[in-house]
Amino acid sequence: MASSNNVTFPNKLLPYLLLAPQLAITLIFFYWPASQAIYQSVLREDPFGLSTQFVGLGNFRRVISDPNYLNSLQVTIVFSVATTLIAMTIALLLAVMADKVIRGKNIYRTLLIWPYAVAPAIAGMLWLFLFNPSMGTLAYLARSAGYNWDPLLNGNQAMVLVVSAAAWKQISYNFLFFVAGLQSIPKSLIEAAAIDGAGENKRFWTIVFPLLAPTTFFLLVVNTVYAFFDTFGIIHAVTGGGPGKATETLVYKVYNDGFVNLILGDSAAQSVILMIIVIALTAIQFRYVERKVHYG
Amino acid sequence: MTYRITSLSLAFGLVLASSTASFAVTEISWWHAMTGANNEVVETLAKEFNASQGDYKVVPVFKGTYPEALNAGIAAFRAKQAPDILQVFDAGTGVMMGAEGAVKPVADILSMGGSKFDKTLYLPGIVAYYSKPDGTMLSFPYNSSSPILYYNKDAFKKAGLDENNPPKTWTEVWDAAKKIKSSGAASCGFTSTWLTWIQTENYAAWNNLQWGTNENGIAATDVELKINAPTFVKHFQEIADLAKDGTFRYGGRTSEAKQLFTSGECAIFTESSGGLGDVVKSGLNFGTGQLPYEAGAQGAPQNTIPGGASLWVFAGKSDEQYKGVAAFFNFLSKTDIQARLHQVSGYLPVTMAAYEATKKSGFYDKNPAREIPIKQMLGKAPTENSKGVRLVNLPQVRDIENEEFENMLAGKQTAQQALDNAVKRGNAAIKQALGQ
Repeated sequence: MASSNNVTFPNKLLPYLLLAPQLAITLIFFYWPASQAIYQSVLREDPFGLSTQFVGLGNFRRVISDPNYLNSLQVTIVFSVATTLIAMTIALLLAVMADKVIRGKNIYRTLLIWPYAVAPAIAGMLWLFLFNPSMGTLAYLARSAGYNWDPLLNGNQAMVLVVSAAAWKQISYNFLFFVAGLQSIPKSLIEAAAIDGAGENKRFWTIVFPLLAPTTFFLLVVNTVYAFFDTFGIIHAVTGGGPGKATETLVYKVYNDGFVNLILGDSAAQSVILMIIVIALTAIQFRYVERKVHYG
Repeated sequence: MTYRITSLSLAFGLVLASSTASFAVTEISWWHAMTGANNEVVETLAKEFNASQGDYKVVPVFKGTYPEALNAGIAAFRAKQAPDILQVFDAGTGVMMGAEGAVKPVADILSMGGSKFDKTLYLPGIVAYYSKPDGTMLSFPYNSSSPILYYNKDAFKKAGLDENNPPKTWTEVWDAAKKIKSSGAASCGFTSTWLTWIQTENYAAWNNLQWGTNENGIAATDVELKINAPTFVKHFQEIADLAKDGTFRYGGRTSEAKQLFTSGECAIFTESSGGLGDVVKSGLNFGTGQLPYEAGAQGAPQNTIPGGASLWVFAGKSDEQYKGVAAFFNFLSKTDIQARLHQVSGYLPVTMAAYEATKKSGFYDKNPAREIPIKQMLGKAPTENSKGVRLVNLPQVRDIENEEFENMLAGKQTAQQALDNAVKRGNAAIKQALGQ
């Protein structure tokens, strides 16, 4: 990556101008709302904003001491780890398989990438139509086969359902990157290993997998952030956080407390905590996991 | 940063100015949450009103589900861009009432329209629900409904039950449901939409039981829930027991259970009278009856309470706009409009005159189901247990109840534990919402 002969531009203004649109977007869509959230998180307000009271860290104290908040933290960890693990494993498997196919390679790839174009809420609806106990086709089959499928009341089944939907949607994206990663691995390395007598498994684990590490690491970060933030639509469409609070993730709780229950201060405090968690997670990943990554 | 914000708001301002100014007619914005056939009714009403006069133009805007519409209205108010009229669902009534200074009472607006506002023209049960403790009517009841019983006649016949005689008490419902399940007439005996609204709020009113203190919140905002009293516990334990072998099936927190009935899976179900349209559309051979009551409860059946939604008017608008709103509400109150609304949509008529006119036309002889909810609501003068349920955070308390019910139906806790938890968590949430 590092190039020795850096090119310098004589124009002093141009770089700033080129950066400006991106900076403007970041300011308007991140810094401004984030600062608003921090401001809201130290206030207690009625829904209409008719009376406002400064409460300092009172909202944070209440959120952290709420057992439901700890529950939703737990739910989020289970949900994120499961979603990331499943989405990445299956995508890697599919990518390795698709890489081996010679005839119709492009057709397979195209078909596997399609689900990424589906919006989260729609992905949720698709899974709901298949597995909803009142109207789902597959739910009907499961029940008539004697399996007591009822994600409306069984929390574990509900979790399986949202994890499946969230992972399914992310597999295509991961697949795309893994395929690209696999293509950049020099064939000569693999062939040399084959000549040396390394079997397929050995070749994968000792050559392909380590060389894929930058891709895997990148996807790990992206998938974790996805599971934390982008899966709101799926949960909203499929379970609405229920049954009980079995699938209420941190993001869903922010929405529910803020937009349904209209407790704006608590909701803002939660989103600030969430922001801190994600910043911390990303920092940890870069600090510790990245060290083990070899960039080719 | 500051520059960016000012230029942004300037741009917004320009857009708004260009869209509202330079029209001779006053525009009245109406944010609502009606979908499907009910959305068409909204559009038709606006069109008819606009064609009937030249001074005002009502512009309906669909804003999503009930909670979404409420939230959009609140967000708009905070941004000082509130619509003139906002449709708010029953559970949001307390939220709006808590916002004194944000809303303008409909009673005041209707008297601005020139004619004096006469409350007695409207159905008393509905008016009471949307009025302040001192009797001032705050919002205009647009679509009101009440829960009734629906049953599958074919399944009744197959199970050897009298298809022309729907069960009247809960004990009769359980017996019929068990018979339907054991005879194989249907795979599930009973289900219900809105466990919160039907099985606690209306259950309490219909059986003349206290749901919460201070007349269930009608008299004052400070409420302690009473839904863990023995009768409620017994009722919910019966439901939980029936859920164990699938005689009762849970559909979801709102109206999802409708599908269990229309698909023929469940043979008996309780649901809003406003849900009639979908049941008719399913082509099922069905009958309707009154909401079942508790045989042992004193004074039962009492009266049911309204659900649905009402139209709220935001404060801080010009007199010209209020006059327009008044004209529109007077238009909505017209007997022929109300009678048609009631007959087409399945919601209750808002005025007595519309009810009488529909009765005279022989409509109820052909469609007896349409009169059930009205009779349920008007049958007896409401007691302090049956005027309605009002909390500043009813949507939140309903969510808490739902979570506890789901854990109960999953077999994780008994009805006593579920209702005790609901009361404890609900009371804490009410206290927090009141800022205590």
